[in-house]
Amino acid sequence: MIPANFDYQAPSSVEQAIALLESSHEAKLLAGGHSLLPAMKLRLAEPALLIDLGRIPGLSYVREAGAQVALGAMTTHAAIAESPLLASRSPLLSRAARQIGDVQVRNRGTIGGSIAHADPAADYPAALLALDAEIVARGRKGERTIPAREFFSGLFSTTLLSGELITEIRVPATTGAGTSYAKFHHPASGFAVVGVAAVVKMASGKIQSAAIGITGVADHAYRAGAAERALVNQPASAIAGACSRAAEGVDALGDHFASAEYRKHLAAVYCRRAVQEAMAAKA
Amino acid sequence: MAIRSRKTGKPAPRQMAPQGTLARAPKKAAERGIAAAQKSRTNGRPEPWVGRRYLRKEDPRLIQGISHYADDLRLPGMLHCVFVRSPHAYARIAGIHTGAARSSPGVVAVYTASDTKALGVVPCAGALPDLKIPRHPVLAEGHVRHVGEPVAAVIAEDLYQARDAAEKVQVEYDPLPAVVDPEKALAGTNFVHASVKSNQAFTHQLKNGDVDAAFSRADRVVKARFVNQRLAPVSMETRGVVAQYLPGEKTLTVWSSTQIPHLLKTQVALILGVPETHVRVVTPEVGGGFGSKLNVYREEAVVPFAAMQLGRPVKWSESRRENIAATIHGRDQINYVELALKKNGTILGMRARVISDLGAYHQLLTPIIPTLTALLISGCYKIGALQCDVVGVFTNKMATDAYRGAGRPEATYIIERMVDLAARELNLDPAEIRRRNFPKPREYPFATITGITYDSGNYENAMKKALELAGYSRLRARQKDAWKRGKYYGVGLSTYVEICAMGPSTAMPAGGWESGTVRVEPTGKITVLTGASPHGQGQETTFAQIVADIFGLTPDDVNIVHGDTAAVPYGIGTFGSRATAVGGTAMYIAAQKVKAKMAAIAAHLLGEKAAAMNFSAGRVGTKKKSLGFGEVVGAAYVARNLPPGVEPGLEATHFFEPSNFTFPFGTHVVSCEVDAETGHIRIDKYVAVDDCGNVINPLLVEGQIHGGIVQGVSQALFEEVIYNEDGQLVTGTLMDYSMPKAAQVPEFILERTCTPSPVNPMGVKGVGEAGTIASTPAVVNAVCDALRPLGITHIDMPLKPEKVWRAIQQARAAAAS
Repeated sequence: MIPANFDYQAPSSVEQAIALLESSHEAKLLAGGHSLLPAMKLRLAEPALLIDLGRIPGLSYVREAGAQVALGAMTTHAAIAESPLLASRSPLLSRAARQIGDVQVRNRGTIGGSIAHADPAADYPAALLALDAEIVARGRKGERTIPAREFFSGLFSTTLLSGELITEIRVPATTGAGTSYAKFHHPASGFAVVGVAAVVKMASGKIQSAAIGITGVADHAYRAGAAERALVNQPASAIAGACSRAAEGVDALGDHFASAEYRKHLAAVYCRRAVQEAMAAKA
Repeated sequence: MAIRSRKTGKPAPRQMAPQGTLARAPKKAAERGIAAAQKSRTNGRPEPWVGRRYLRKEDPRLIQGISHYADDLRLPGMLHCVFVRSPHAYARIAGIHTGAARSSPGVVAVYTASDTKALGVVPCAGALPDLKIPRHPVLAEGHVRHVGEPVAAVIAEDLYQARDAAEKVQVEYDPLPAVVDPEKALAGTNFVHASVKSNQAFTHQLKNGDVDAAFSRADRVVKARFVNQRLAPVSMETRGVVAQYLPGEKTLTVWSSTQIPHLLKTQVALILGVPETHVRVVTPEVGGGFGSKLNVYREEAVVPFAAMQLGRPVKWSESRRENIAATIHGRDQINYVELALKKNGTILGMRARVISDLGAYHQLLTPIIPTLTALLISGCYKIGALQCDVVGVFTNKMATDAYRGAGRPEATYIIERMVDLAARELNLDPAEIRRRNFPKPREYPFATITGITYDSGNYENAMKKALELAGYSRLRARQKDAWKRGKYYGVGLSTYVEICAMGPSTAMPAGGWESGTVRVEPTGKITVLTGASPHGQGQETTFAQIVADIFGLTPDDVNIVHGDTAAVPYGIGTFGSRATAVGGTAMYIAAQKVKAKMAAIAAHLLGEKAAAMNFSAGRVGTKKKSLGFGEVVGAAYVARNLPPGVEPGLEATHFFEPSNFTFPFGTHVVSCEVDAETGHIRIDKYVAVDDCGNVINPLLVEGQIHGGIVQGVSQALFEEVIYNEDGQLVTGTLMDYSMPKAAQVPEFILERTCTPSPVNPMGVKGVGEAGTIASTPAVVNAVCDALRPLGITHIDMPLKPEKVWRAIQQARAAAAS
């Protein structure tokens, strides 16, 4: 379990980090390292340069930003899981964070590192999609804001440009909506075989709107549009039928633990459970 | 200060002696403090240490991380070894180019088969008449036959250099089609070993009684096919070897994470051609083995070979990926079974065919393991006639060998699943059909249809207790209610017996005895040397408890030394739940010999009879006249006033040969709920009543049961080594291979019954594997019981959610059509 040779730099500012990132085509950012370092030890990843973001001040926070909650990219899963601000304003992200890995992973892993890695079975993407979150990225040319729906683009890939790094994630307050994250854990890895995040707004006993993000099923997390549309203006009795469309049109992945067909089935089951739970959850 | 009663069930602190007394007068502590503390509770009779929930002496150093495993060893000038391993399941080696690796920074040597072909081979202790033992070289010669097979060893100044250089060893492979499915392999013409000209490694038949007659008389015959999947042992500490050769002294020292230091010493000497007198094997701390370290591995020869070639110490530490690919696997059988039954549930006869996937090469006990399945296949039942045919098959996989239970979990799974299927066929309660086929307590020693003799037992008693604890009738009521509501709730039983204390030498490939030496040191402390090789079981504690009682001392006065062939007389090692029953007995008898000598010396000094000498609370003598323990010891060593004919010194060694195995037993009851929508299984209740004879330390027995149950539940639900159709190892890391986690297992409700073994003086049986053996069928029985309304009779392990979900889907589709 010995990685290949690499150079290591620990910049003290985002600008320095960006400059380093541009200095090498084979640079990787270290932001927790709970996916990257195991991959390096197995020599599945052999970056020439490792840029440690851990020494840059001011990248770890959870704070109010108008109608949103802003999180620094280096905020750990544990901090997100335990944030009182998120608990009162936007609890879905905390729910997802609580189900990531184990205590050690949650204490070291960061939200920026996780979403930049874009593991198809990671938990955050489902929640960020359902929340219509925004990802703030900075590069040499400045800062831009990427909607979550435009961020995850494929297997371990995002729309981040080379030379860009994530500085902040912004999630809206979900006051008035019920939220839930329902997850079927892989027994070995703890990743989501299927994870469904739901944000549901009710009006006079019917579903006013539903936002559903699903991870684990396809090569990247997606919004379950067909199910969402089928839920609108429906009573509780129609949830199961609507949620059966959770993986409609999705090209599902399969492996020796769960086939594509089974994952699509689980997506429907966990979609229903997440929506029901969200409806029952206090807004 | 009062010692807490063991009846309270609370663990008593290890420092049971009064602290103040110890601090003020350490030398007298054993004589005064303990006695004072104990007298208050036991009417003057000191409470024995045996039977107490005594905390492990090993734990402080292990928990603090201040002890030493193989990987912690740092020797001056030590080099590091990394193996280059086959990425192919089966391939011809067309060439190996080591030049780039040899010129890589820090590299001292690169070895391949051309360097090691003159060495001996990896040993196999199997002795079946038609057993084929293909050459098992220490590095691959000509072909690689499984993923992970070592092809070259790179030795460098540091581990990083060795690892980088290993990437530069270029091996040209001509891939060959892999032999993966053992049933197809038997009929196929693609051979794992061309020299054997067959993939059949051996056959073995166990036949007793008129089987055909039993089946022709039967009211019903129940048939099944079971897959007992391949498992990886995954001990917490992987393997590791450090070797040092001193050219002047010509001595070779090998530190290895092994369960069998003495057998390894002999085999290393034979493989390397070094006189055994000049080989020393030491086991540092060993972080678990579960049988996977009851072996002699290629690396245990290559690393010492390199150390001898280079005249410098060499270390190799196994990575987890190597551990999953190239340390032995367990189980991997396919079973075809038939039971002949009378309407009342009486088992008239049994037929079984055991197809054992051996992998590519025999390790030490590879062919022996499935024969143990045959030996135990009748379980705890009277069966009129039996035919069991075992066939071992070569495939392009890592070898299977002893893994916790080793052949017995497979047997127990077969018979316990079959009995459940029979109960269902005959519409009998699963507990009732078992009760009807148990031997009665008066029938012990009980001769089984497989030809062995169960030493003692009372199966009905343990089952009754387990059913009571589980609230069996309430669970059945809950099940009925669940079924009514369209939910799937099941109750599963497993009544098991197993074979421990391995075991008489006549039944073992390389000796079934054990050695024990007890030496009372001049300061009055006791050193015990045991041939057993504890690697997590806690025998430094339990053995000390036993010896402390014999001499009237405390466990802290006794130090257990093991795992150093230079210090300890030849022994066999720790496996097959043998350490306490065989090794403990050797030590017990040796201690009695020393005690008798001390009694003779004390009696001589006191002018009393030796038979009147009582060893209690640090004193030796009678109630009226006694000497301090240290005074008697002093007399033995100063040797100026010894009884006539008594030699100086206080040391005895005993080699204990058991007359039989021991046969612990018990009943486990599991209830579970199956989520029909997803196939997910939740264990609701787990009750285990185990009988391992007399108990030295209940705390450690419970620990063994806990761990065993978790491993067995994990086989039922999670674990599976998967090779795909190309022989590639799909579950090569712990991201894919599902080890159980605390949150995935239920709380256990444990109880014991106690039926001492007549085979050894302490009446102990062994408990290391019982939990693993009992739990697996109990869980599968519970799941299949839950799914009864759907007409599902069997699902093969592991009961992964998708598999269960598909079985439910199919059953529903079949019912609808």
